[in-house]
Amino acid sequence: MTTILPIDQMIDTAKGTISRDIFVSPEFHREELEKLFTRAWLFVGHESQIPNPGDFFVSRMGEESVILCRDTKGSVHVFLNSCRHRGMKVCRYESGNTSLFVCPYHSWSYTTDGKLQGVPLYRVLYEGQLDRSEWSLIETPKLHLYKGTVWASWDPEAPDFMTYLGEAVDHLDQVLDCRDGRPGGSEVIGIHKWILPTNWKFAAENFLGDTYHNPSHRSVDMIGIGPSARAGQTGRRDNEYNKGQHVWVSYPQGHGVHSVWMPEEFDYQAGYQQYPIVDEYFRHCFQERKKRLGDKARIMPFTGNLFPNTSYHGRQPRGLCVWHPHSPTETEAWRFFLVDADAPAEVKDVLRRFYMRYSGPAGMTEQDDMENWLYATKASTGTIARRYPFNYQQSMGAYKHNDPIPGDVSVQITEQNARNYYDVYARYLKGDGWESLLGRGEAARQAAE
Amino acid sequence: MTRRNTLAWFALKQEIEDFLYMEADLLDQRMFREWLDLLAEDLVYFMPIRRNVKFGQHAEKENTRQGEGISWFDEDKWTLGKRVEQILTGVHYAEEPLSRVTHMVSNVRLLEVSPSPEDATGVVVGSRFLVYQNRVEYETNIFVGRRIDTLRRNGDSWLIARRELILEQNVLLAKNLSILF
Ligand code: FES
Ligand SMILES: [Fe+2]
Repeated sequence: MTTILPIDQMIDTAKGTISRDIFVSPEFHREELEKLFTRAWLFVGHESQIPNPGDFFVSRMGEESVILCRDTKGSVHVFLNSCRHRGMKVCRYESGNTSLFVCPYHSWSYTTDGKLQGVPLYRVLYEGQLDRSEWSLIETPKLHLYKGTVWASWDPEAPDFMTYLGEAVDHLDQVLDCRDGRPGGSEVIGIHKWILPTNWKFAAENFLGDTYHNPSHRSVDMIGIGPSARAGQTGRRDNEYNKGQHVWVSYPQGHGVHSVWMPEEFDYQAGYQQYPIVDEYFRHCFQERKKRLGDKARIMPFTGNLFPNTSYHGRQPRGLCVWHPHSPTETEAWRFFLVDADAPAEVKDVLRRFYMRYSGPAGMTEQDDMENWLYATKASTGTIARRYPFNYQQSMGAYKHNDPIPGDVSVQITEQNARNYYDVYARYLKGDGWESLLGRGEAARQAAE
Repeated sequence: MTRRNTLAWFALKQEIEDFLYMEADLLDQRMFREWLDLLAEDLVYFMPIRRNVKFGQHAEKENTRQGEGISWFDEDKWTLGKRVEQILTGVHYAEEPLSRVTHMVSNVRLLEVSPSPEDATGVVVGSRFLVYQNRVEYETNIFVGRRIDTLRRNGDSWLIARRELILEQNVLLAKNLSILF
């Protein structure tokens, strides 16, 4: 599984340069699909979307359609959404409940645990030839449920999900746990799906910790669209992080987060002005969370990206976003919006309205991101453009290990998260083993030196 | 049942069509603030997300619902005012430089008239929209769908009290919905 691409020249994070080719070339796109998306753990969906036996939700893993399904006995599966006979998509509804997936083409049918059950005219046409037990729907060999979220990998050798996630778990928890610190308890209240003409890594890298792009959001910051904007406040969210130290943290598995490390003593910052019930709710959650989590409550999440393509927003707004490559220059984005399942109705309503005006193609903040990613991709496709690498030299070396929290931590805006991400990315494209992909191998040690 | 073959009916239909074309023209001429003036203070502006559902489940499940969950738009006049303000900052890069937009409105039908065509103060009007957007050089989007507007008489003009936009797409094929519909 070696590659013909001169990856080390193209991704030179010691120098801080990365070739534009990895963002625009069909070769890199193909290599990513073959060597990265077939191995890494990918986000598939959320258990709140399939609460009952027989429930299914059609999702994607990279370029391919998959079915997330709770079988009639209650176990969760992820199947490739393609019939074993001639490949027809066996499910073209987005979600629902069924006891059988019946292929529209020649009517083979599969049970919710993936087994091939019905084959029309089996006796006459297939008896003695077709062993139905060998023609189940193709299922991901690895599946993990974590606090409501569902993750899968196509690699039977992949390490378990918690090892893969590593110490980034402390930050993901702040996204998935209830606002008052109880573990899990979120639900998906809606999904955006849209096509953006950009390379998927622009989006992943943006969430990974590109705080430097803040000026591109000047328009929303000027006019104010945050939860307290109706009270005349500018900015795009409430300032919950008043006295906190912003931290940009990267992990050997390729994940990167931007969080805030609050001081030992910190108080609730009033927000949601004009919504006293919501403000009171968050004040209460804040106190409870501090009691429950102790020191861990000092981590307040901003954004992050779990390698390779699952991004999150931690609080305002709150949700997970998955960037599915269609081609080198086209991405299908899916955003899953989260709230605490047991939050009061008024809280959910204020949040969903804020999410809609902030996020996605109709979101006043993210429209400007999309504009940037599109034209950055387009302007990098040219022959001359591709001769000149991107610059990744921001805050070189300016980080400490495990200080003040686990990971490589920078306390200034940095491209370290991106440099680390592309180091790991390069190892996938070189076909490295899992030890290396988890940042424990020789290659990783050398890169760190 | 209101008779639909009276002069009053046709006069009202003509008046409403003129209003819708004038409104579309304000947007296309980028007279955003003037456009906002046509919106009632209690406006509901709603564009659901459409889903692929099994035959027979369309009424129940095809469209996301106003007032719950996530839609493309489920908002009020304040939020639309923010969208206009944002465009007018000159640094909203998704609309800077401004897109070129044409709103086509057709298939106009009066669905409800109250109290009567002669002295109508409220109208529900159905139409189709075809919105063409071209931005920068090559970026082009075509948005097509149905629209149901509730209009309220305002002197010798009208105010839009409710606008429902049923876009004929599932996965949104445009990177942004940065224009007004
Ligand atoms: S392709 Fe599915 S039954 Fe033939
Ligand atoms: Fe952004």
